[in-house]
Amino acid sequence: MWRDAMLVAGKDLRIELRTRVLLWQVVPFGVLTLVLFALALGPSAAALQRGAPGLLWLALLFASVLATTRSASIESPEGTRTSIRLLGLDAGGVFLGKAAALALQLVAIAAVLELGMLVLFHVNAARLGVATPLELCALAALAAVGTLYGAVVAGTDVAGTLLPLLVLPALAPVLIAGEKGTAAVLSGGGPGRWAIVLIVMAIAYLAVGTLLYGALEETS
Amino acid sequence: MTRRPLDRALGATSIVLLALTVWLGLWVTPPDVRQHELVRLLYLHPALAWVALYLAFGVAALSSALYLWPRTRSQRWDLLAASTVEVGVVFLTLTLATGMLWGRPVWNTWWTWDARLTSTALLEILFIGYLAMRRVPADPHVRARRCAVLALLAGLDVPIVHYSVQWWNGLHQGQTIPDVNIHGSMLWTLLLSFVAMTLVFVWMVRRRYELAVAESALADAALEGAVLERLAEGVR
Repeated sequence: MWRDAMLVAGKDLRIELRTRVLLWQVVPFGVLTLVLFALALGPSAAALQRGAPGLLWLALLFASVLATTRSASIESPEGTRTSIRLLGLDAGGVFLGKAAALALQLVAIAAVLELGMLVLFHVNAARLGVATPLELCALAALAAVGTLYGAVVAGTDVAGTLLPLLVLPALAPVLIAGEKGTAAVLSGGGPGRWAIVLIVMAIAYLAVGTLLYGALEETS
Repeated sequence: MTRRPLDRALGATSIVLLALTVWLGLWVTPPDVRQHELVRLLYLHPALAWVALYLAFGVAALSSALYLWPRTRSQRWDLLAASTVEVGVVFLTLTLATGMLWGRPVWNTWWTWDARLTSTALLEILFIGYLAMRRVPADPHVRARRCAVLALLAGLDVPIVHYSVQWWNGLHQGQTIPDVNIHGSMLWTLLLSFVAMTLVFVWMVRRRYELAVAESALADAALEGAVLERLAEGVR
């Protein structure tokens, strides 16, 4: 399973490196979201700092929907999924591989968005660094949920409109826990129980995805 | 028109028990010491929540798991899950609506970002997504597997809704039924409302399930007819 996961993750990342969809479409969209949030809040530094954790996670959530759509669409060309099934790869391994590739892409997006937070929202760079482990747990959960829901809508004509409806409510707990944890860290404390919530969610979704992904692979 | 005697009996019993609950709740039981007349809304709200959260989505998750399990796979489990989710969403909408009606005079707001309320609203959106997925044109087996996975994933939110009052200590009160400090007639009316709502739910799901089976048979017949027509064209 782990070998298959590495193979699939490598394949997805190589495709990303060649097509640069993340670089030219998803990351600019995330930055644009931050800019629009800042415009909506106005120039007050205090208001921007207060809203920063929530806006960071909202921007990440929206960008992750785009990244998930992209990740699921890699296998959309006719016959690609059938070809992958014929390779005899372990379904759990395929899920973990796709989730790992998506997680790495989300880490890259998060890094750029955090840079945007420093510049646009004037947050404390050192405190933002302390929040990194918490963010990694949240990104793992985002990737697991995204990969699973991406597979659910894969092959449908309405994937673009249906995926946000399905995945955003499922990601709402990640948004809440991520925002609360980041806000606590930025205000000088620790993430507390929010880190535990995110760890449990990441493990739960990775486990559920590993179990259920096989059933979805048979559908497409 | 309901054809089977069991369905007729179930429907009639549901209506009688529901009417009895309304009569007891509105005219027989006394007003509450603190909530006064507002307590009467609680003869509906917890029962609606019980049906939606635990019964409907529990059956949906179980049916979906049985569909995904190769040994028990049958399209009937998928149709049962779809029927329970559809009825469950109606009950959950009523749960939220009655909660809001109660919250306006008691909490002085229609809506508050309490953990129980928020997680329940999210659960409703998740199951609306399930219903949206069911309407996406696809092979019935493909649709069934996708929806089964969605139902199981959405079902993960049910424990969050259940424990939210303990984990976050919001405005919403905790469990209703284990509270033994309820006046006799009020307790019996509350319990009766649970039985009445459960029977209404079972009756509605049975009717919806029968309709789903008929729809499925009609779709199969239409497909078979189209294939035969195409074959006949080939012969000509």
